[in-house]
Amino acid sequence: MGLLDQKFENSNIVITSMDNLLNWARLSSLWGMQFGLACCAIEMMATGASHYDLDRFGTFFRGTPRQSDVMIVAGTVTLKMASRIKVLYDQMSEPRYVISMGSCSNCGGPYWEHGYHVLKGVDRIIPVDVYVPGCPPRPEALMEGLLKLQEKIRSESLAKKKSA
Amino acid sequence: MTAQEILDSLRTRFGDAILDARVEGIPDPWVKIAPARVRDICLFLRDDGQMLFDVLMCLSGMDYRGGKLGVVYHCDSTVKRHRIVLKTEVTDADPHVSSVESVWKTANWHEREAYDMYGVVFDGHPDLRRILMPDDWQGYPLRKDYQVPEFYNGMKVPY
Repeated sequence: MGLLDQKFENSNIVITSMDNLLNWARLSSLWGMQFGLACCAIEMMATGASHYDLDRFGTFFRGTPRQSDVMIVAGTVTLKMASRIKVLYDQMSEPRYVISMGSCSNCGGPYWEHGYHVLKGVDRIIPVDVYVPGCPPRPEALMEGLLKLQEKIRSESLAKKKSA
Repeated sequence: MTAQEILDSLRTRFGDAILDARVEGIPDPWVKIAPARVRDICLFLRDDGQMLFDVLMCLSGMDYRGGKLGVVYHCDSTVKRHRIVLKTEVTDADPHVSSVESVWKTANWHEREAYDMYGVVFDGHPDLRRILMPDDWQGYPLRKDYQVPEFYNGMKVPY
């Protein structure tokens, strides 16, 4: 899989590309931003707690956007909260990633028609990397989302891709 | 006290402020009162030795359609073990009800919610502003004729 598979056979020297090294470092310590908006947050807490143990993927929650790499939008994004989420996202340092957790933040969920107060999808204000479906998603689903994000980061490159 | 006795007592004391009532054959007997006299009546209900309504269980806003708004008060006495429901009706052109915040502190946030959702104005409330919706929100979302705005601060609201 990663960098350390080749062991340290030759005098503790590992040769790899910059892309590989950075991607490995980034995907192995995805610190999440500690904030939840609704019932999805309860599942997120369960995922972070000892039984499901997000720490084994290098993910744990930080109390400030400045120290966070991934924002898990866990719950209903009300219009009142939307502007705050935008501010929090802007405060995160790059590279930053967003996981949209649950139907509400994916597309408005049960509030899609009569929710005068709900933003119909957090992707209307910030870019989303991974969508996790469910209402709310089980911890396994959230972990799958994190693994998908790790896959995505693994294929990133410092060089700019030519736009098609 | 029975609901009938409470109603009789209110009629003797407030007369013209008691507009309507139904106390028989329903689980929650109600008395309809004039919006401007709500505070006086509630103060009496709280302090009178026979009434002692010490708890405001719920304060709800209402939209009765046709431009008629209302507020419903569910009062309970933990001392006398009796209950009464107060109703009051206003128009959306003149949605003024006297505040009971000075009678039961519970009413503070409840009245702010009724103001936020229905636009009922509570005269005498110390801090009447929106409690759920953003401060710059236009309109009152739980009114029957409410239309969802197309945009809020540049964010599209409908699906």
